[in-house]
Amino acid sequence: MAPPIARRSRPPPSLPQRARQPSRGGAGRWVPREVAAAGRPLRRGRAAERGAGRRGGARNTMAAATAAAAPGRGRRGAPMYSQKELTSKKRDEFEDILEERRLSSDLRYAMKCYTPVIYKGLSPCKPNAIKSAVLQSEQVQYVIKQLAKEMGESPDIIQEEAMEILDEMGHNMQLGAVRFFAFTLSKIFKQLFQRVCVNEEGMQRLQHAIQEHPVVLLPSHRSYIDFLMLSYLLYTYDLALPVIAAGIDFLGMKIVGELLRRAGAFFMRRSFGGNRLYWAVFAEYVKTMLRNGYAPVEFFLEGTRSRTAKTLTPKFGLLSIVMEPFFKREVFDTYLVPISISYERILEESLYAYELLGVPKPKESTSGLLKARRILSDNFGTIHIYIGQPVSLRTLASGRINRCPYNLVPRHLPQKPSEDIQEFVSDVAYKMELLQIENMVLSPWVLVAAVLLQNLPAMDFELLIEKTLWLKGLTQTFGGFIEWPDNLCAKKAIMSGLTLHSNIARLVDGHVVLNDKGVEDGGVGEVVFKHALAILTCATYRNQLLNVFVRPSLVAIALQMTRSFRKEEVYNYFSFLRDVFSDEFIFFPGISLKDFEEGCFLLTKCDAIQTNQQEIYPTNKGGVIVSFLSAMFTPFVEGYQLIFRYLSKEAKEAFTEKQFIPGVRNFVFQLLEKGNTQCYEALSSDMQKNALAALVLLGAVKKEKMSNGFTYNVNQEAVNKILDMFDARIPVQKPVAARL
Amino acid sequence: MLFLQLLRFVFVGLVLVLAVFFTVHNVFSIQMSEGALSSEFIMGLQSHLYVFLPLRQELLKWNGWGYNDSKFIFNKKGQAEFTGKRYRLGGMVLPTFKEWMEKTFGASLDHKTTSRATLNVNDVPPSIVKEEFLQDLRAAKISYSQDAEDRVFRAHGHCLHEIFILREGMFKRVPDIVVWPVCHEDVVKIVELACKHNLCIIPFGGGTSVSSALECPEEEKRTIVSLDTSQMNRILWIDEKNLTACVEAGIVGQDLENQLAESGFCTGHEPDSMEFSSLGGWVATRASGMKKTIYGNIEDMVIHIKMVTPRGIVEKNCQVPRMSTGPDIHHFIMGSEGTLGVVTEVTIKIRPVPEYQKYGSVVFPNFERGVACLREVAKQRCAPASIRLVDNAQFQFGKYVDLLRQISLSKGFNLLLFKGFDPNILCVATLLFEGDREKVLQHEKQVYDIATKFGGLAAGEDNGQRGYMLTFVIAYLRDLGLDYYVIGESFETSVPWDRVLDLCRNVKERIVRECKEKGVQFAPLSTCRVTQTYDAGACVYFYFAFNYRGISDPIHVYEQIERAAREEILANGGSLSHHHGVGKLRKRWMKESISDVGLGMLRSVKEYVDPNNIFGNKNLL
Repeated sequence: MAPPIARRSRPPPSLPQRARQPSRGGAGRWVPREVAAAGRPLRRGRAAERGAGRRGGARNTMAAATAAAAPGRGRRGAPMYSQKELTSKKRDEFEDILEERRLSSDLRYAMKCYTPVIYKGLSPCKPNAIKSAVLQSEQVQYVIKQLAKEMGESPDIIQEEAMEILDEMGHNMQLGAVRFFAFTLSKIFKQLFQRVCVNEEGMQRLQHAIQEHPVVLLPSHRSYIDFLMLSYLLYTYDLALPVIAAGIDFLGMKIVGELLRRAGAFFMRRSFGGNRLYWAVFAEYVKTMLRNGYAPVEFFLEGTRSRTAKTLTPKFGLLSIVMEPFFKREVFDTYLVPISISYERILEESLYAYELLGVPKPKESTSGLLKARRILSDNFGTIHIYIGQPVSLRTLASGRINRCPYNLVPRHLPQKPSEDIQEFVSDVAYKMELLQIENMVLSPWVLVAAVLLQNLPAMDFELLIEKTLWLKGLTQTFGGFIEWPDNLCAKKAIMSGLTLHSNIARLVDGHVVLNDKGVEDGGVGEVVFKHALAILTCATYRNQLLNVFVRPSLVAIALQMTRSFRKEEVYNYFSFLRDVFSDEFIFFPGISLKDFEEGCFLLTKCDAIQTNQQEIYPTNKGGVIVSFLSAMFTPFVEGYQLIFRYLSKEAKEAFTEKQFIPGVRNFVFQLLEKGNTQCYEALSSDMQKNALAALVLLGAVKKEKMSNGFTYNVNQEAVNKILDMFDARIPVQKPVAARL
Repeated sequence: MLFLQLLRFVFVGLVLVLAVFFTVHNVFSIQMSEGALSSEFIMGLQSHLYVFLPLRQELLKWNGWGYNDSKFIFNKKGQAEFTGKRYRLGGMVLPTFKEWMEKTFGASLDHKTTSRATLNVNDVPPSIVKEEFLQDLRAAKISYSQDAEDRVFRAHGHCLHEIFILREGMFKRVPDIVVWPVCHEDVVKIVELACKHNLCIIPFGGGTSVSSALECPEEEKRTIVSLDTSQMNRILWIDEKNLTACVEAGIVGQDLENQLAESGFCTGHEPDSMEFSSLGGWVATRASGMKKTIYGNIEDMVIHIKMVTPRGIVEKNCQVPRMSTGPDIHHFIMGSEGTLGVVTEVTIKIRPVPEYQKYGSVVFPNFERGVACLREVAKQRCAPASIRLVDNAQFQFGKYVDLLRQISLSKGFNLLLFKGFDPNILCVATLLFEGDREKVLQHEKQVYDIATKFGGLAAGEDNGQRGYMLTFVIAYLRDLGLDYYVIGESFETSVPWDRVLDLCRNVKERIVRECKEKGVQFAPLSTCRVTQTYDAGACVYFYFAFNYRGISDPIHVYEQIERAAREEILANGGSLSHHHGVGKLRKRWMKESISDVGLGMLRSVKEYVDPNNIFGNKNLL
């Protein structure tokens, strides 16, 4: 084996002239992108050689898999976005960054010469300079004066308050801390993970983007590892480290909070809607860093870690803050970079299951972290990080934004975004999440989990293999991004999945069973709980498939439920399901028909159905697919029905979410104990909240803001009607159908 | 009317009168006498000229900007040279200019395009005029011409696409006839005849429009009459007590100033096109002059306007500084761009010729500081007669055409280097002070003191003066560029102070981006200057040019980029136009600019004043 080439031994960066000063209108021929790239190679070139030499066709399989998946993709997203990245469906190849860590000194790596490429318009400044710029900014000063006037207090006092907020919030990025993390994380990651794979082409695109315009990194959020990993990655590739919006909870952790702060985290309170000063300071802080090009800004669209591994519906607050400088033309453009981080095994998997069942999440604390160190001895498989194509906000906004509102008011005045801006922000948020989903890597185990959950309590191993392989084909047809280790036969791949996830399932006498330890002993309640725990943990993996499958599956369910072949009826039911599940899965707003067409298209592609102008009908062999797809979503259909039933029968006049969750949990729990239902997933607080939100959206539950938070009022009749529609006892009527 | 700023032509009509005004110390030393001489030949063949008319096109380029004898050329040694004696730059050799062309545009002397040498008369659409109208004209003793060259000359302004068509193609529609009224009454007769015969009138003054305002609507089926005001060029009276002068609207800016100067007065209105543009055109387009800080824009200078419309004559009953009689009807006229009628006489404010003029210049470490300084100057309301800030690209250009050579040679410049000014970032402000000597010096000190606070260093009088000269010569550059595959244009906007920097940066970047996307092979020249300051904002001027080799339809590409740049301006809170006007080029954004109701208001005025659309140039609305 050839000695590895040290990743860092490349010559000092020599950026092409143009990359640094492109706006100066001046001289000469364009420097094409490729050339600019060559000016500062990522380590791609060498690594590729190395890879080709040693691991042969490692990448080819992936490429083939991607290519096979290609035709079905890219139909998503609203038609107004004719984005280039949607048409270029070929996915990049991955490179393992841990490999080199295992071969060379971590200390030297941590102490390497770190000279990241930076934004061309950057005027360098220290974290403290940013803080004082924020404090002195017209925006913040305006709010301070307003508040002083309203509250009759001296502006100085409020200014001090603002300063305190800033101190609590502000990051304090220091190279020392970064190096400390580089060292310790190297050690930890090598312990925890087999491989950390990243698409280097994505890194390269990111490198360009960072120089060109302010960049916003939008990773998916499944684990606390996410942002550590991302910063680690950018450090490895000599890119500017991001500043990261983190929950204030981290500050509760002694030392660690401060360390994170020094590594570039800044902290936001969980809710500050009512606090104008906080909002002003926070928004200005983020915008100042962005405008200045100080560092890429990173935050999680989902707002929190998804406990179910299913993408959460996006939060819009931070996104609209980072988009504002562009709306006001304080920057020429802003790049939004969707990043998909997929875990073969999620670090927090069992914690999540407990949380979903109502066991509270442990507070972030340093001692907790130390206690958790036992997981270091565990194996968490591979992480895949896919850096998506940077999306130009300017391109997205072109032709969509009415510029008037921003031209008629001084830009430093706080301004409530207009409706079309809000709609635009929401569209962008969904688009970004769909891009994340598109590039999420699915491991074989995800397929196994999906098959297994339909065949409980035990499944023949051979059959499991067969079904898994079948599902693999289907997933690829639907555009799923499967990582099937090269030249690994199905049996081995599944066996290695079982080994990695031995806490979830195991092989007993040629049968695979869920690993619900302790079910045998204990009371009925205990048994239900333990079983639910096992199922929810397992479901976390199946869930990773759902957003890829949701469109064809809802069509399949609609076909089954309506027992009709009339396209219009099927579509109406589909559209109803889409509305009901709008918080459960990610749908681009307002394109129900397009989603339906995509679902039908994918089903046609796998020969499950045939369609003509007016009709849809399953093919002979399509029955298998249709029933598999609908079974995949049955937990949700049944779960929602249970929850709705609870609301229609048991719910009190007015209740809060805090009352609702335990109420519905007990309700479902009792049904499970009595054996009246098998729908364990209805115990998930995530599903319960989503179902409630859906009813609010459908107008069957009224949500009102009270002094102590939100209260809910159920309109029993409306809920019953929805239940009836669910059972297809009454048809769903929708005027949109005329367009079919 | 219509025609304004920036561009070329016209040299001046003088009817019998005069020839002797150019005595006055005029920076550009343009010689009026040539016009008088050449006019002797004129007597057009097909034309019916009742008076001894000079045809302006004799002195002016038929397919480019300005005087025939003034242009940039590359001499046998391959060095650039500016010909003619009209400008101070005349006869000067610019050794490094070629390098600038090559470096900036990737242009090469080996790749040349040539314009057709003369107008091909056969290509010109035929003149279709009813005999009855001609008879009526003759009866009214109004000069006219159906000569092809005369008509083509008045079929365009100076937009890039218009010049391109002149060089390589032909307009689809040109005026059918040119008429030369010599006084207000003639105009009244012409408009009456037009109503009688249902014709379309397009007023023509200096022909310097850059908004497609002079282009004839292709679909116009009626006879198009080009009403050339150039023979209405007398100063009717000067009122020294009230400091006003009543002037016929066809007078060209330079003549107006020269003639007033004989009596010791000036208007102080100096748009960059003042050698060629006319008073009526200024009024019709809401023009702005470089010394507006002292003298105001056209709307501040005008006391009384007489306009002939199809409904009759519109004017006020007195010549007063201000009146409260409902919305000011002058504001329907100013900016009407020839859609309502013909401005025939204007009473305009005059001032004594200033005792003392002094140029100046300041170098700033970067554009941001420069803008901050201009803002402060505006805030303290101490802006000199003119203050302009050019960005680094224009500074570089100045260096290469040797206009700012002194900056690089002078002690000052070495000092700049010493002080850490980066020649690739720094920018320059040019200044012009006017007034009595003592006050000018005091004023100068005040401004330089402010500049110092923003890191500015005084860079000498000479450089200031050269900077202003550049303004007049730069228009000639486009013709040179056109010979070597380089096309370009300028455009302007006004913008609030707090958005100046963002707008400049974004528009320049947008141009660069669009060029790249549209397949332009070399990075374009994309540069700007802040040319006017106001209390609440500034006027920004952009120059933009690129090498179009390898592009099959350069004009289309160019227009797409220009449109994108305008979109960018609007998105950045800039206006549709500060002083060029709307014409047909920027009509598409009118609704967005002034709202539906606003547009309706203008329409209803048009409907009342000109129900049969006699003034059918289709501008503005």
